[in-house]
Amino acid sequence: MTKQQANWSPYDNNGGSCVAIAGADYCVIAADTRMSTGYNILTRDYSKITKLADKCVMASSGFQADVKALQKLLAARHLIYQHQHNKQMGCPAMAQLLSNTLYYKRFFPYYSFNVLGGLDNEGKGCVYTYDAVGSYERVGYSSQGSGSTLIMPFLDNQLKSPSPLLLPVQDAITPLSESEAVDLVKTVFASATERDIYTGDKLEIVVLNAEGIQREFMDLRKD
Amino acid sequence: MFRNQYDTDVTTWSPAGRLFQVEYAMEAVKQGSAAIGLRSKTHVILACVNKASSELSSHQKKIFKVDDHIGVAIAGLTADGRVLSRYMRNECINYNFTYESPLPVGRLVVQLADKAQVCTQRSWKRPYGVGLLVAGLDESGAHLYYNCPSGNYFEYQAFAIGSRSQAAKTYLERRFENFMGSSREDLIKDALISVRETLQGEKLKSSICTVAVVGVGEAFHILDQETVQQLIDSFELVREDEPPAPEAGDAVADQSEASAPVAEEGAAPMDI
Repeated sequence: MTKQQANWSPYDNNGGSCVAIAGADYCVIAADTRMSTGYNILTRDYSKITKLADKCVMASSGFQADVKALQKLLAARHLIYQHQHNKQMGCPAMAQLLSNTLYYKRFFPYYSFNVLGGLDNEGKGCVYTYDAVGSYERVGYSSQGSGSTLIMPFLDNQLKSPSPLLLPVQDAITPLSESEAVDLVKTVFASATERDIYTGDKLEIVVLNAEGIQREFMDLRKD
Repeated sequence: MFRNQYDTDVTTWSPAGRLFQVEYAMEAVKQGSAAIGLRSKTHVILACVNKASSELSSHQKKIFKVDDHIGVAIAGLTADGRVLSRYMRNECINYNFTYESPLPVGRLVVQLADKAQVCTQRSWKRPYGVGLLVAGLDESGAHLYYNCPSGNYFEYQAFAIGSRSQAAKTYLERRFENFMGSSREDLIKDALISVRETLQGEKLKSSICTVAVVGVGEAFHILDQETVQQLIDSFELVREDEPPAPEAGDAVADQSEASAPVAEEGAAPMDI
C-alpha cells in the first residue's frame, strides 16, 4: 500500500527576484515585474513591491496570491496600530510584525519570500530578510526569489558586509552612495535576467530616503 | 425622573410600555459634555467641548477617527464610546479587507444600532451609556447620523448632544436650512458658534473645544489647536446672535470689519 499522494497543490510559484540594499541614510528596494507560472508568462507588468508604512517597503517573491494576502493583512494591522498609537509604524516594528504574521501560519505557510527595506528610527537604512515561516535578520543587503542564487554571491562580492560572527560587532551598513546602490541593483538584475528564465521584462526600483519615496523603472530582457 | 419599581432590569417592561433602563441610559448621554455635528452636501464638521475633571488633568478624547471617510464624536460614558469606536474601526478595516472599498457609513450606523439593541434585550447586559454623532462620506455625499443607547439612529442635517446642547440646537435650528450649500469654512464657523452657545458665557478658546472635519477629497482629521484658535479669532469679535455670513476664508476682512465689539445688528463699517 503506497502512501497517498496529493493530486493538487495549494501553492504555485510565480517566480521573480527581489533585492534590497541599505545605505547610511537611504534604502533601495527592487524587484522585477515578471509574473510566471511553469514555463509560461502570466504578465510582464506585476509589481512585487508594496509600501507598508511611510518608512517601510516590502518586496516579496514566491506565490503571489499568498503575497497579496500577506500585504493586505499587514496593511490592516498597520491601520490598527495607527489608530492606537497615533503614528506610523517604524521599520523595526513592522519587521517583527511580519515575522510573527508568517510564523502564525507555521503549519500552512505563506509561500512568500520577503525582503523588507526602510529607514530605522534613527533614519539609517535597514534591510530585513525572511524565510517563508518568519525567520528574519537585519542585514545590510539581501535578495530573495528565483534569481537570488545568482544575485546574492555578486552582492556579497561587491558589498563586503562584515560577518555577524566577527567581533567587535560591526554595522550592517553599506558605504555606497544612493546612486551607486541604484546602479548596482540595475547591473545585478541585468545579469540575473540573462540566466534566470523567471526574471526579466522590467525592473521596479524604489528608493526610500529622508525626502520620501521615489520610484523608477528600467527595462529588462523580455525573453 | 423618579424611582420606579420597573427599572431594575433592562428586560423588564413598565406597565406603560417603557424600558426605564434604556431611558436612564439616554440620561447618561445628557450628562456628558456637549458634542455637535453639522453637514453640507460635501463636508461634515464635528465639534465638542473638552471638559477636564480638574485643572490638573487632561481632558477626555471625545472625537475619534474611524476611517479616512468616517469619524465619530461621543457624549456620555466616554469609556463606552472608546469601546464602540474600536468596534467601528474594526468593522471598517474588515470590510475594506474583504471588499477593497470603504464601508458605507449608512451600513456602519445600522451595525452600531443593532449592537446597541442587543444590550437592551439581554438580562446580563446594560445599554451603552453613550450617544454617538457619526460623520461620514459615501457615494451620495456627506452624512451625519446620531446613534443613541436605545438602538435607534437618525440622519441629521445638524445635531447637538450632551449637556446644554439645547442652546446649540436652538442656534442650529435657525440656520440649518442654509447648511446644505454652505462652504467648509462657514460650516466650521457655525460649529464653533454652536459650541460657544453651549458654553453659556464662558470664553470660547481652542483649549476647551476640539473640531474635526471630513469632506469630499478631505480625509477625516482633527484640526490642530492653532488652526482652531485662528478660526475662533476670525469670528469671535462679532459678538451677536446672527454674525454676518462672511466670504469663505476671508478672515482678514472679518477682523477689520468688526472693529467695534458691540452686540449690534450689522458689523461696524470698514473705515480706515
